[in-house]
Amino acid sequence: MVYINILLVTAIGSYRKEEKIMKNRMIALIAAGILAVGSLAGCGSTETSAPAETPAAETTVEAAAESTASEETTEAAEAEEVADLSGTITMSGSTSMEKLANAVAESFMAKYPGVTVTAEFTGSSAGIESVLAGSVNIGNSSRNLKDEEIANGAVENIVAIDGIAVVVDPANTVADLTADQLIAIYKGETKNWSEVGGADQAIVVVGREAGSGTRGAFEELLDIEDACAYANELDSTGAVMAKVASTPGAIGYVSLDVVDESVIAVNLDGVEPTEENIKAGSYMLSRPFVMATKGEISEQPAEVQELFNYLASDEGKELIKSVGLITVD
Amino acid sequence: MNSIFRSKKAQSAVEKTAEIVFTVCAFFAVLAVLSITVYMFMNGTPALAEVGITEILFGSIWKPTASEPSFGIAWVILTSIVGTTLAILLGVPIGVLTAVFLAETAPPKLAAVVKPAIELLAGIPSVIYGLLGILLLCPAMYSLEQKIFKGSETHQFTGGANLISAVLVLAIMILPTVINISESALRAVPASLKSASYGLGASKIQTIFKVTIPAAKSGIISAIVLGVGRAIGEAMAISLVSGSSVNSPLPFNSVRFLTTAIVSEMGYASGLHRQMLFTIGLVLFIFIMIINLSLTRILKGGNKDD
Repeated sequence: MVYINILLVTAIGSYRKEEKIMKNRMIALIAAGILAVGSLAGCGSTETSAPAETPAAETTVEAAAESTASEETTEAAEAEEVADLSGTITMSGSTSMEKLANAVAESFMAKYPGVTVTAEFTGSSAGIESVLAGSVNIGNSSRNLKDEEIANGAVENIVAIDGIAVVVDPANTVADLTADQLIAIYKGETKNWSEVGGADQAIVVVGREAGSGTRGAFEELLDIEDACAYANELDSTGAVMAKVASTPGAIGYVSLDVVDESVIAVNLDGVEPTEENIKAGSYMLSRPFVMATKGEISEQPAEVQELFNYLASDEGKELIKSVGLITVD
Repeated sequence: MNSIFRSKKAQSAVEKTAEIVFTVCAFFAVLAVLSITVYMFMNGTPALAEVGITEILFGSIWKPTASEPSFGIAWVILTSIVGTTLAILLGVPIGVLTAVFLAETAPPKLAAVVKPAIELLAGIPSVIYGLLGILLLCPAMYSLEQKIFKGSETHQFTGGANLISAVLVLAIMILPTVINISESALRAVPASLKSASYGLGASKIQTIFKVTIPAAKSGIISAIVLGVGRAIGEAMAISLVSGSSVNSPLPFNSVRFLTTAIVSEMGYASGLHRQMLFTIGLVLFIFIMIINLSLTRILKGGNKDD
């Protein structure tokens, strides 16, 4: 602003010199242009940033569909082999699987331009109800299917596993926590590490903000939804890692894939948080991401079968890893 | 300069261009303010109607994602008020006295060092203040917290991310604003007033406190109001040092301000939760509007005195 003001002052101050008039006029115009663009940009970003973040699945899906449509012509050769694949795949279910479902929808539609994938996020149980009622092709569920759901014809296709690690600062001597101890710590009932076999050190309870998928999963798996007493509610995984790493006595939870040597991931009920243990099902803080179908996959329409093939392919596995999940073999 | 006629013509063209440029600039500023106001009210009011204004403003439980969500932001509003007030109480005396030093008592060589330092302080991005807060302030606060609350059964340890840390960061952040505006107000005090004071036998310090500062009062007040505006609107720095849990604004509690409430949950919020964040934005917007309007009034009042 100051810079622009100086320019304008210079422009006006010397405008009597005729030979400089044109030049000055241009400077004034450029200055005004900079100012105008500046205000426009400021204005625009305020108004567009909000809807862009809206988690409405259909917008992303549609946007992806549009972008792939333009690529269609250039990828004619590739399109030939998949030309016969067309139709619509509908998904509905878990909000925790939103990231995965949107990523799958987007990349699958990029690969098969003839197919439209739509995803709605209504909750695991509602998703399975929808697939059993036949209103969608795939019911997303971030928990194992219940016996009655399987009895009604739902098939449990586990596509990925979500693992959460409980991390403490590197100086902490507590290497093992039971589920009850962890719950007591997060509810604010246990306030000192000496109560769980550690040094006389206050516990600093670190968590994520309301609405975060990691927080939702953590609280859901321990059955302490909305009962946690957080001392720090941080808004990113990185912030949790940094806070835990730098604060003696801190405890936090993060997605398993981001754990590094700056923190210690504690064992839960004596089980180490490793990919192997999670796959074996012995680690407590993990949950399957199920894409349930009504009847076996082989009974599904071709495009739905292809979606599962895609998820099982190397490309699909990369995608699953890219959203911070563990693949199933 | 070939002829007077041509020169006049060219001159009037410049006049017109400049006029258009000014009008366009003014138009953009007004457009921005208008669209932001309309946008904030459009997005902030639906949740207000749905949840109820009394529950929002006076409820103290913030559980936006619970199965029975609760959207009380009383603690958040109170934290913003208390935090800003404390930052002003801390930052303004330091700022005004620094301004007195620069305008009245500083040896020129020392002023030549202090003045650029303050100008640099004004240019430091807020995230840097926050990072320094995490690295320096929070560990110090944590050891203080551990000493004060040693053996406490009820205190929730925050690891140094608390109201005091946020207030200290805010106090430092408002310093440049307060110093610069106060200094120019002090410099604008007519020398005749000071000479009269010296002539009556007053000492330099007496003159500063009894004559110069009272005479620069309106300028100093506007410095304070601008400082309040800066403090209440700051988000980045304090989101890093305040802990961001919704609690009552006690010194060693992890607290959430109006600004950090929006920033920290915007990422994944949806539905009513998201609308509520816009309502918090509206509350903040109204706060800042009130401060700006009072600033304009004070400035106008100051002009009347002259």
